[in-house]
Amino acid sequence: MEDLTPPVEVKNLTMQYESLVVMKDLTFTVNRGEVFVIMGGSGSGKSTLLKHLIGLKQSPPGAVRITGEDLSTADPAARKKVLRRIGVLYQNGALWSGLTLAENVALPLSELSELPEAAIAEVVALKLALVGLHGYGEFYPSQISGGMRKRAALARAIALDPDVLFFDEPSSGLDPISASRLDDLIIAIAASFGTTIVVVTHDLASIFRIADRAIFLDISKRTMTALGDPAELRDSPPNDEVRRFLTRDSGTSQEHLKSTP
Amino acid sequence: MASGSASATIRASNDLAVTALAGDWRLDDALPRFEPLLVAALAAEASSARTIRTVGFDATALGTWDSSLLIFLRQSQSYSESQHYAFDTTGLPERITQLLGLANAVPERVIEPPAAPPSRVAQIGLAGIAAWDSIVAGVTFLGEVVQGFFRLFTGQVPMQWRAFWVVVQANGSGALPIVTLIALLVGVIIAFLGAVVLQRFGAGYYVSYLVGYGMLREMGALMTGIIIAGRTGAGFAAELGSMKITEELDAYATLGISPVDHLVLPRMLGLFVMMPLLVIYADLVGVLGGLFVAVVQIDLSTTQFFIGMLSVVELSDALLGLFKATVYGAIVGFAGCMHGLRTGSDASAVGRSATSAVVLGITLIIVANAVIDWLAALWKI
Repeated sequence: MEDLTPPVEVKNLTMQYESLVVMKDLTFTVNRGEVFVIMGGSGSGKSTLLKHLIGLKQSPPGAVRITGEDLSTADPAARKKVLRRIGVLYQNGALWSGLTLAENVALPLSELSELPEAAIAEVVALKLALVGLHGYGEFYPSQISGGMRKRAALARAIALDPDVLFFDEPSSGLDPISASRLDDLIIAIAASFGTTIVVVTHDLASIFRIADRAIFLDISKRTMTALGDPAELRDSPPNDEVRRFLTRDSGTSQEHLKSTP
Repeated sequence: MASGSASATIRASNDLAVTALAGDWRLDDALPRFEPLLVAALAAEASSARTIRTVGFDATALGTWDSSLLIFLRQSQSYSESQHYAFDTTGLPERITQLLGLANAVPERVIEPPAAPPSRVAQIGLAGIAAWDSIVAGVTFLGEVVQGFFRLFTGQVPMQWRAFWVVVQANGSGALPIVTLIALLVGVIIAFLGAVVLQRFGAGYYVSYLVGYGMLREMGALMTGIIIAGRTGAGFAAELGSMKITEELDAYATLGISPVDHLVLPRMLGLFVMMPLLVIYADLVGVLGGLFVAVVQIDLSTTQFFIGMLSVVELSDALLGLFKATVYGAIVGFAGCMHGLRTGSDASAVGRSATSAVVLGITLIIVANAVIDWLAALWKI
């Protein structure tokens, strides 16, 4: 039976840090199987929004639903069920440094599934191979490069075949080749597994490459000011801030610099 | 190219004051200031003083320049603005006007001024709330740990053996050298203390009582507890704190895996097992240190020392020390893990957590020591 619940649903979410409102009136729905990008400048609350989505920050009741469930009010059993269906790739991978890559990928499987030991080993080998790390299972995170670490973390995130995958700044700290390799993986996973993907990033190359739709968080207006296909948003921007973001325009033109102050 | 030190001369005529810039402008040299120059120029040309409208520049004789020239120009600009003169930069090279333009650019965002510090009364209140919060957090964490142990002993979660053995190793062979040194010296110190005091009454023989009682009941466990709080408690806090910063703890949370089960329980159990063993060792070494002083300083024989010691020191004294050791082990593990998991997210947070873990660990150890001694005296153990 086709599940019609949207994977991610946000309604009138207000994010605040103590009494300071960072973002308000955030409302959007992520469709099944799409690559959805949350974009915005530094300090616009992109990563905070991600924390609300994956339940690391408490949201007001009803504001955030992941696969139909509100993580902020769910009882532990329901919460566990949702967490079983999502995967998260953290900014620097966040691999458990005391465990080998294989053990990192195996931990979610042994903790959250009933698979026997031998089957787990096979899943681990498959996932590591999918991200191009075949044969690296016995390495520790400190022994491999930053790009490999992120891909290993991706293998861990897709260990349980999640319905929704969240990425926090996947290209940060990576050289262009490693970053585009990660983009390829994101596209391949979305296409092949039908996984819904939510990406937080400000990397324009990556945005235009992977995003089906995107929202723009405008820090000066403290809310989202655009929602749609980033290429279309660039060609017909709904406001100047979005245009400047998508065309990499600082607003200080050469003309401005020359003019008499 | 013009050379010589920086100079600026202002000539005022009618409504225009032209500043002629000459020489090499360097930050290292003494630099002209705009305002006194203009005031002097206007004083010399009294007729222009009232009619001046515009400040301009002539840079034809200007040599090399650095930020010092920009500073001078910004002075002249802000002074001109305050006097409502027009500021004409057409006489300046383009590279300079471009830099002036950058310096004059308005920040895109207005920064909200930081809130005023709260009043004294409010600070006391806030400190009280913070203290209450940390007590609540401590009790909550204690509850989580107890729940975790319940899950572990009822077989709901598996034991993380690897983390356990790492702790056992770090607090076994890894801790022996420092424990040996400290315990030996403490034994020596107790014996010296006894020798000095007791020999005055001709009771030097009883030094063995003091060493036996002192090490087995009190100092063996106390000193080992303090060493382990500084070594392992700080280590736990730093380890878990780094995991917080690298989002490894978040990675547990978003998998619905309890960091208490995975990280805290094996560490606390490791200390639980190792502390009594370390204390048995520390007791032995400490008594040997005391024996050494007794033999060298008071001319007791080894046999006399042990017969004296064993005639008063009972098994219950040693067991009391071991009981304290397990309590201290639990305290150190608890304080270290709690502060590690509560680490903030900036770089200095890990250091603060480690410090707090040691301070809390040692404080609780001393408090627990006093309470246990009091109860032991009450129940005549």
